[in-house]
Formats: sequence, C-alpha cells, structure tokens
Amino acid sequence: MRYSLIKRTQFGPLDYIHQGWMKLTLGLSFVFLYAPLLILVIFSFNDSRRNIVWRGFTTKYYEKAWNNDGLIEAFANSLTIAFFSTIVSTILGAMVALLLWRFRFPLKGAYEGAMTLPIVIPEICMGVAMMAFFSRVGWPSGLVWPFNLSAITIAHISFSFPFVAVIVRARLANFNLELEEAAKDLGASEWQFFRDIMIPFMKPGLIAGALLAFTLSLDDFVITFFTSGPDTVTLPVKIYSMVRFSVTPEINAASTVLIAITLLLTTIALWLQNRTGQKLGH
Amino acid sequence: MLGVPPGIWLTVFFIIPLSLIWLFSFGDKQGLVDIELTWTMANYARAMDPLYLQIFLKSFWFAGITTLVCLLVAFPIAIAITFSPARIRPILLLLVILPFWTNLLIRTYALIAVLRTKGYVNFGLEYLWDGLNATLMFFGMDPSGLIGERFTPAPLLYNNFAVVFGLVYVHLPFMVLPLYASLDRMDRSYLEASLDLGATQFRTFLSITVPLAMPGIISGVIITFIPALGSFLTPDLLGGTDSQMIANVIERQFKSANDWPFGSALSFILMYITFFVLAARALFSRQGSAMEAS
Repeated sequence: MRYSLIKRTQFGPLDYIHQGWMKLTLGLSFVFLYAPLLILVIFSFNDSRRNIVWRGFTTKYYEKAWNNDGLIEAFANSLTIAFFSTIVSTILGAMVALLLWRFRFPLKGAYEGAMTLPIVIPEICMGVAMMAFFSRVGWPSGLVWPFNLSAITIAHISFSFPFVAVIVRARLANFNLELEEAAKDLGASEWQFFRDIMIPFMKPGLIAGALLAFTLSLDDFVITFFTSGPDTVTLPVKIYSMVRFSVTPEINAASTVLIAITLLLTTIALWLQNRTGQKLGH
Repeated sequence: MLGVPPGIWLTVFFIIPLSLIWLFSFGDKQGLVDIELTWTMANYARAMDPLYLQIFLKSFWFAGITTLVCLLVAFPIAIAITFSPARIRPILLLLVILPFWTNLLIRTYALIAVLRTKGYVNFGLEYLWDGLNATLMFFGMDPSGLIGERFTPAPLLYNNFAVVFGLVYVHLPFMVLPLYASLDRMDRSYLEASLDLGATQFRTFLSITVPLAMPGIISGVIITFIPALGSFLTPDLLGGTDSQMIANVIERQFKSANDWPFGSALSFILMYITFFVLAARALFSRQGSAMEAS
C-alpha cells in the first residue's frame, strides 16, 4: 500500500508526458505527420521505377529530373517569381506595418481590415478572381522573359505582402519609443531617425518577412494554377501536371528538392526570430 | 503617404479582381467568352439546385468531420506538449509546425504513395494477411473459409475516406497550435486543486481543462474549418468522382466548363460563408471577454 503511494507520486499527477498512453499518442501523431514525407524522400533514392520495395541507392532520378528541361524551366520560373515577389512584398508589407504602427488616421480600421482580406479569403476565390482580372484587362501574354511571369508575380505579391506586414508589425510592437525621443533630442531629422534607428530595428522582422514571402511564393499552387499559362509554368504547377499523369520517382526527386529549400529557408527565418526574441528578453 | 502604395496595390490587384467576379456573378453568359451584366440572380438560384446544394453539404460534412477528427487528435498532442519539460517543448512544437511549411501539393502527393492499391498501407496489410494465413495453415486450419483465399487490397484512395484522411493530414498543425497556446496560458493550480479534491483525471479534463482551453478550441476549429471547406487540391488528387467539393466545382466553371458567372456566384457564396464564420467568432470572443471583465 505504502509502496504504491510512493510510486504514484514519483511523477506528479500533471506529468502527463510520463504516462505511457500520452507518449504513444505523441509518437503515433509524429509517425502520421512524417511517415508519408519520409517515404517520399527515401524512395526518391530507390533504384526501382514501379516497385515500392527498396532496391538500392541511386541518384539517377535526380539526374533525370535535372535533364528534364520542362522541370528545370519551371524551377527557374518559380525562383524568378519568388525573387521579384519577395522584393515588392517586403517593401509594401513594411510600409503597411509602419503606417499601422505609427499613425492614426480616419478609416484606419477599414484599411487594416482590407489588408487582412488576402489572408482570410479562400485561395480558390482569389485564384479565379486573378484569372478573371488578367484575362479581362487584356494583360499582355507571351512577352519576353521575365515579363511573361508578371501576372503570376503580381498575384503572389497580393497574397504575400499582408503576411509580411503582420510579421514586421509584431517586431515593431517591441520598439522602445524612448529611442525616438533620444534621437530627436540629439538633433536627428525624421529621415535620419528612420534610416539609423528604425531600419536597423526592423531588420530581423524584414528578413523573416522576406523569407516567408519567398516560401509562400515558391510553394503556392492554387493561385498560380489559375494565373499561369502554357508557357509560364511554375514548379508546383509542373509537379501537379506530372502527378495527374502518373506517380514516378522523378516527381519524388523534384519534390525532395522543393522540401529541402523550404525547410532551409523557414529554419533560417525561425532562427532569426528566435534570436531577436532572446535579445529582447535580456 | 506611407499607406498609399500598398493601398493602391491592394485596390488594383485584389479589390478590383474580386469586384470583377462579384459583378460577373450577376451576369449572363453570352456565347463563349462574353458576359453581359444583367443583374440576374439566376447564377445564385442555380447554386441552390439540389445537385450543387448536395456538393455544398458534402463540403460542410467533409470540413466538419475533418475539424472534429483534428480536434480529437490534436488535444492529446497539445496536452503532451504543454506538460512536457521546457527543454524539449520547442522541439516538439517545431516538429508539429515543420510539415505545415512543406508544400501542400507535395504533402498530398506523398499520401497517394501511402494509400494507393499498391501503396505502403496495403503492402503492410498484405504482409499481415500472409502471416495470418501461414499461421492458420500451421495449425491445420483452412484459411480460405476464415479470411479468404487471396488478399484484396483495401480501397483507400480515390474515395471519400481518402479526402477526409488527406484533409486531416494537412490541417492537423492548424489545430495543435491554438490549442497549445491556450493550454500553455492555463493556470495549473486549478488542475491541482481539482485533483486534490478527489476528481478523476477524466473529470478534471472535462470540467477544468476543456473550459479553460475554450478560446483555443474555438480558434482551432475556425482556422481548421475555413481552409478545409475551401480545399481544392485534396479532393482533386485524392478524391473519387463523388468526392468533389465546392472548390472543384468552381475550378471546373472557370476552366473546362467555361461558365464564369456561375463560378463567380459559387466563389462569392463560399466567401460569404467564410465571412459569416469569422463574424460569428468575433462576436463570440467579444462576449467572452466582456464576461471575463465583469
């Protein structure tokens, strides 16, 4: 009796993590979340076209994907779109964040609400709206590269910059207003204050926002699907058309590359945010 | 000054496109590409046709089941993370968020390889079936009468099951994060008090944990339900002919069927539903905070 009492209090009643069923649930959940992706990555190296049994290590599907001109072109398009979208989204997002953080103005609530619209409306609605818009205004198609990608890039900017604004604004919320008073007391002009105080302070938020914008653009399928034409295919759209056709290790290889890039970028973004968070803590 | 360029961008490349399809939704299709704005309600009336009403209901049903399953699966995960040692908590959280950053299309594609007839789940099942068969033979029983002569792969792909499975797979992190956020803020002394006073773990969970985590539950339900309702890729890639959701019908109107006015009307119905859910949530949370303040 006494022994059992001691044993029961070995872990507190709230140490749910030490209970077997809790560990099991957590373990099974992670298997559920990761097994499909791990299998996808592992079998991009499997030396067998149809078979799901392991037949030895090979990188030939990566070579094949590399030599697939359509795939490489789609990848180059994706990177180009993501590059331009990131630059514009970061600038626009930072402007929105600064405006909403610093100023009061009439209809501020409406402005703020409108800026969150692209985040909340269903992707499919934005996709078809963009498709209808570009076709109705007679947006030129078939221009020289990179201008042929302009419609997709514009659509990407529209859904990315509100996200950047959210991230930069979260950073600005931690700004110490005394810094502004100190700078102005010491004779800094508005522009000097902005350049020497605000920009360096916003920098981690800007970088995190830019990385997010890049990932959002690189990953987007639905909205791109409606704005891309036969000559302007991005990597997700290309993978989609390959998936519809058949399941091949080549798609696994292309997917693995895309997973690796997004994981790398988001890890950097997270690390940056963590680092600035820790600095603020001290 | 600062707000002008983003404002112009949002107006030209977001509000105007949306307004355009709003106008289209009251338009009449003339020939192949022309749409005449007649302020007709015919497109909205057509959406009430039993055929499309059924698809709306199906979408609600799929999104609802997905949300419920996500809630049931995410709750233990969130509790386990909340009560895990501070050292490993960020790692567990990261593990939940990571798949969320992986491309939606790739995650859906990964499920095809797992669920298809010659996929890993069926491969595992066949292995188990063969083992069972051999065991039965060993004991001198005839397996054909008991579990059947040959293994028939379970139909796991291209049906409603696959769609819900895929939606749960994709949306699970949406549910875990808000649940964790509200559980983390919870004052644990309430739990200790409840357990001290003799309530069982289950009773404590129902009477203390769930009410305290309610804001997180509501946020989680909403941010899971809304994207699940508008899903396009999951039913498109994993579903069969009878598992179409609203987004698939919208896509068809804009691409193959070329009926933009009807597609626009469906898009706006989907958007109104989204806004309605968000407005209900805002109203609810305002009431909640008013109650707390009083």
